[in-house]
Amino acid sequence: MIEKQFTITDEAGMHARPASALVGAVSKFKSEVTIEHKGKKVNLKSILGVMSLGIPSGSVVTIAADGEDENEALDQAADVMKSQGISNE
Amino acid sequence: MTTTMSGIAASSGIAIAKAFRLENPVLNVDKRTISDVDVELSRLTHALTTSTADLKAIQKKTAEQISEKEAAIFGAHLLVLSDPELIGPITEKIKTENVNAEFALQEATDMFIAMFEAMDNDYMKERAADIRDVRKRVLAHLLGVTVQSPSMISDKVIIIAEDLTPSDTVQLNAQFVKGFITDIGGRTSHSAILARTLEIPAVVGAKTAMDDIQNGMMVIVDGLDGTILVDPEESVIEQYKQKQAAWDQQKAEWAVLKNEATVTADGQAVELGANIGTPKDIAGVLENGGEAIGLYRTEFLYMGRDSFPTEDEQTEAYAAVLKGMKGKPTVVRTLDIGGDKELSYLDLPKELNPFLGLRAIRLCLEMPDMFRTQLRALLRASVHGNLKIMFPMIATLDEFREAKALLLEEKAKLESEGVAVNESIEVGIMVEIPSTAVMADTFAKEVDFFSIGTNDLIQYTMAADRMNESVSYLYQPFNPAILRLVKMVIDASHREGKWTGMCGEMAGDEIAIPILLGLGLDEFSMSASSILKARSQISKLSKAEMAEHTDRILALGTSQQVEDYVKKLSNQ
Repeated sequence: MIEKQFTITDEAGMHARPASALVGAVSKFKSEVTIEHKGKKVNLKSILGVMSLGIPSGSVVTIAADGEDENEALDQAADVMKSQGISNE
Repeated sequence: MTTTMSGIAASSGIAIAKAFRLENPVLNVDKRTISDVDVELSRLTHALTTSTADLKAIQKKTAEQISEKEAAIFGAHLLVLSDPELIGPITEKIKTENVNAEFALQEATDMFIAMFEAMDNDYMKERAADIRDVRKRVLAHLLGVTVQSPSMISDKVIIIAEDLTPSDTVQLNAQFVKGFITDIGGRTSHSAILARTLEIPAVVGAKTAMDDIQNGMMVIVDGLDGTILVDPEESVIEQYKQKQAAWDQQKAEWAVLKNEATVTADGQAVELGANIGTPKDIAGVLENGGEAIGLYRTEFLYMGRDSFPTEDEQTEAYAAVLKGMKGKPTVVRTLDIGGDKELSYLDLPKELNPFLGLRAIRLCLEMPDMFRTQLRALLRASVHGNLKIMFPMIATLDEFREAKALLLEEKAKLESEGVAVNESIEVGIMVEIPSTAVMADTFAKEVDFFSIGTNDLIQYTMAADRMNESVSYLYQPFNPAILRLVKMVIDASHREGKWTGMCGEMAGDEIAIPILLGLGLDEFSMSASSILKARSQISKLSKAEMAEHTDRILALGTSQQVEDYVKKLSNQ
């Protein structure tokens, strides 16, 4: 399993549009992908799960991938975080 | 016979057409025990697949007719239809509890709806509406009920509905849908925002429209003031047709001014700003072509809570406003509390004359720790934009000096801590007490700018409580006494190379604008919705010509004479 931390820089936090892009991107992978915020971990392939975290701007989140394509999945997640302007890391 | 109803004006304009009731389908969900799990699962799959096809079509149409950004919401809806954390529990329920798909869907979605509704954030609460919207579509397919679709409408109508779902709203074809009325909703609900984007007049929160309006009834929607007229008489229709024509003409005139600077007919520029209460108000300011924030009332940050906002919370709010304004001037007023504005967690003694008591800057200087926290937050946020700080209710030069000293002390502390602070923050005062207006020449040497708060300036100059009905006739913005004070302030600031704004009700007033222009006011700050109207008015006025009338206006004896004089001028 591999994981990486991100600081949410989007002023509106993790809102529906970037969350959709992120969920759509990681859903293609076989690995299990999760996002954790304030000790609560949810499936990153679930839009309802991600939205239910209500992640505000400035939060630190951990994205973890576990499975045969975990490296690609995490790379893809990081790309989307950056391209959608959710995080600058 | 005309029946009049009212609601919340959500999108401006006037529409006159026949009513089209958008009925919500009856989606009764009973719990049934099923015998064939596979049949039930394939019913679910089929409903999900058809719903996906529906949503993809709506998404495409929205992207074409409105924008990619608005269409994005359906991207989220589509993901809900394939969400493993939702579909998993539904299929699980069908398999293990032998219940029908409708019931399983209802139960699983209820859980998420409850979760979003419980969040203390309006944005997240609205996500519950998205889940309801998706659920309604899937349930309708499972039950074989047709969901009435606004895209089927082919006559000019006004839609009457209990509420419009996001997907209903984007299917509204402005060619046929002339306006809409809903029983529930507020100015910031999803449908209200979209109505403004589509420029369809709308009144929301009308409460009983679905009970009182039948299909085919003639309806007038006045999105300017929230009025609804049902079954109007011919004369009323005629009257609203005129109002509609006038509005259309005005709108066309104003729209071209949105991105223009505010310039008088003789080429003099003035600045039109907006008064705001929360960072959320920025959208409306930009939508209406505001060039600045002339007054950000920070007290809303302190109200409706149990304790003082922390330095970090405040910094975040101020930074959001400054970033939102993208470098445009932003005047933030420090805490103006006390008097009639109370904080539950701040136990102040009752006063005999609260308006003349411990309030605004007086309270802040009395409670320096609270004040310093706000000043630090402002300084920390200052690097994000063009911040100007102003102190409310300054009565003496000593008060200003003391407040400014606290600001400079906090700035020095932050700098020694290595925190970046904007070096060019202007520091000004509100002029709302006659003593300060009279001493404006002395103040002008020390402040960077003045902002005239007319509501209080009138109250204190006329010695009449503006909340007291018995003396309300003394609330006279056009009394020459007020105008002479305004002139003293503007002249004093100009002599020292400083500027003067106005952030009271008066700045957006049609009669006041020509006078203030003549007096040389540099910045007018008003409610965002008045900006384009004011810009249009100013573009037709000559500042030099108005200045020539100033002496004559100030020599008049009464408020009524001033009003009459200006009205006569504008009718020429």
